[in-house]
Amino acid sequence: MNETILTPEELVDRLRTTFGDVVTDPRIVTRAEGAKKNPNTNVWMTITRDSLKPVIRHLMEITYPHLSVISGWDVGEELRMQYIFSIYFGNHHGEYMVIFTVPLAKNDLNIPTISDLIPGALFTEREKQEMFGVKVTDIPDGRRLFLPEDFPEGVYPLRKDETGVPDSMIKHLWQVKRPTDRPAPPVTEKEENSPSKEVKSDE
Amino acid sequence: MSDQMKKAPYVVPIGPIHPALKEPVQFLFDVEGEVVKKADFAPGQTHRGIEWMGMRRNPVQIIHMTDRICGICGVTHSFAFARAVEQIVDIEVPPHAEYIRVIIAEFERIQSHLLWAGVAAHELGFDTLFYLAWRVREEAMDVIEYITGNRVNYGLIQVGGVRRDITPEQHPTIQKCLDGYRDLLGKMLNLFLHDTTISIRCKDCGLLSFEQALNLCTVGPTARASGVMKDVRFDYPYSAYGDLDITPILPSAYGGEINGDVYDRIVVRLLEVAQSIEIIETCLKEMPDGPILWEPKLPKLLSACKKAHGEAVGRHEAPRGECLHYVAMDGHDAPAMWKVKASSYSNLHAWIPMLEGEQLADVPIIVASIDPCLSCTDRVAVIRGTKRDLLTKEDLHRLSVEKTRRIQGC
Repeated sequence: MNETILTPEELVDRLRTTFGDVVTDPRIVTRAEGAKKNPNTNVWMTITRDSLKPVIRHLMEITYPHLSVISGWDVGEELRMQYIFSIYFGNHHGEYMVIFTVPLAKNDLNIPTISDLIPGALFTEREKQEMFGVKVTDIPDGRRLFLPEDFPEGVYPLRKDETGVPDSMIKHLWQVKRPTDRPAPPVTEKEENSPSKEVKSDE
Repeated sequence: MSDQMKKAPYVVPIGPIHPALKEPVQFLFDVEGEVVKKADFAPGQTHRGIEWMGMRRNPVQIIHMTDRICGICGVTHSFAFARAVEQIVDIEVPPHAEYIRVIIAEFERIQSHLLWAGVAAHELGFDTLFYLAWRVREEAMDVIEYITGNRVNYGLIQVGGVRRDITPEQHPTIQKCLDGYRDLLGKMLNLFLHDTTISIRCKDCGLLSFEQALNLCTVGPTARASGVMKDVRFDYPYSAYGDLDITPILPSAYGGEINGDVYDRIVVRLLEVAQSIEIIETCLKEMPDGPILWEPKLPKLLSACKKAHGEAVGRHEAPRGECLHYVAMDGHDAPAMWKVKASSYSNLHAWIPMLEGEQLADVPIIVASIDPCLSCTDRVAVIRGTKRDLLTKEDLHRLSVEKTRRIQGC
C-alpha cells in the first residue's frame, strides 16, 4: 500500500491520467464548518460502468477505502448509482470523501459486483437490486435484503417511473378509519368530549 | 443427502424480531452440538420505507421524521440529514448552534453507551450491573429532557441550526450531571473490566480481526475495538468537532492489546463515555455567542430549499458509528433522492465472522456486542433433523445465564 497521501486534486489528476476520458465531471466540493471554519472536502466524479471495477481497484492500490454505501438516484432518463467512499481515515482531519457516480441506461440496468474487491459491499448491492431493479452481475448472494418475501416482483420502491410503488399499494393514514374488528375503545366518544373532565395535575 | 440430513449441522433460526427495532434481523445458524458452524441473517422485518416517505415531503417535515428513525439515536439522523441539506442550499450554520448540536450528540452517546452496557450485563446474567447502568443512564436522559424538552425524539435540530438554545443559566445543571458521571466512571470501569465473570465470558469471544473489520466496512466502536482508527469526528471534523481535540479510542487506551473481542468493545464504549464528558465540558466553556438558526422563518427557509439544486452527503459519528445521509435536490419541495445509511447497516455483516465457531450460549452477548439493540432476538426455532423446537428469547437468555453459572461453579 502506498503511504504517500494524495490531495483531492492529485487524486483527480491521477485517475484522469490513468483512465482518461472515462472520468468526467470531477468536482471538488469544500465546506467549512464550526467556529474555526474547518474545511472538509468531498470529491465527486462520474465514471462509466465498464471502468467501475478498474477505478475501484486503482483506488484500493492508493489506499484501502471505506465504502459507506451505494446510493442510487432515478433522474428519469437514466439511473445513477453513487459509490460513496471515504479515504485516508485514521489521520486527523485527513479524510475526504470520494463519490463515483455511475450512470446506467434504463434499458440496460446491469452493473458488475464489487463485493469481490470489498466484501462489505454485498449488503448494499443486494439492497440496490431490490430497491432500484438493477441487476448486479456475479453477485455472490442475490437474495432480497429488506423487502419482504411476498413483495411483488418487478416493483422497485425507489424508482420514479412505472416500476415504482403503484398507487394501489399506498395506504394513506388519513383514509384509514378505526378498525371494525377490534374491541370498543375504553372511553366512549361522549366521555372524551365531556366538558366536566378534570385536568389532573402532575404534582 | 438424506444421510446428511440426519446428522449435524442442525439449522437454528433466531428471529424474526421485535418490531420496535431500528434494524430487525432474523438469524439462521447451522449448529453442531453447541457450536455455530455457519451464520446467516435477514434484516428488514419491519422496513418502514422512510426514504420513500421523505421523497414526498419537504426538508423541514423530513427533519421531524429523521428524529423518529431511531429511538436511541434521536439526534444522529437529523444531524446528518440537516448537514446534507445545508450543503446543497449553502446554509451557514451559526457556530453557537453547532456547539449545541455537538453537546446533545455527545449526551446521546453517553446514554446510548450506558444503555448498551446495561444490556450487555443483562445478557451475561449480571443483572445488578444492568440495573446500575440503567439507573445512572437516567441522569443523562434527565439532562437531555432539560435541554430539549423530551427524553426521546428531541426535535432539537432544524435545517440551519437548532430549535432550542442552551442558556448560561442551564450550565450548572448540565455540569452537575457531568461531574456525577466523572465520579462514577471509575466504579463502572472497575465493575465491567475487572470482573472475573465478564472477563471469562467476553475475552476471546466474538472475534473480529483488523482485516475483517476493514473489509466488511464496519464503523464506530465495532471497528475501533478491532483496531481500525476510524471516527468521523476525528477524520473529517465537521460541525464544532473541528474546534475540539478528539482522538479515536482504541481498546489499547486501557493498556491492553487489541483483540477485537467483546471485551474490547466494552472498553471502547466505556472510555467513550469519559471522552464525551470532556467534549461536552469543552463545548460549554467555549461556546460562542450568536443566533441559533440561520433563518428562523420557516417559509423563507423552505423557499431557499426549494430553489436549490445539487447533491450532498451529510455524515455524523453516531454512538454506533458513521451515519450517512445522501440527499439530492432538483428544485422541488421534496428532495429528489434521499438515502439513509444508519451505522448498524455497516456493522451487521460483521456478525457472521464473529458468530461462526462460537457457542449458542454466546450468541446473545455477541449479537449485542455491536450494539444493534438486542431485544430483537425474540424467538428461536431449533430444527433437529425433522423435529422443530421453539426457543423463546428467554430460553436463549437462560442458556447464556446458565453458562455464566457453570463458569462460576455455582
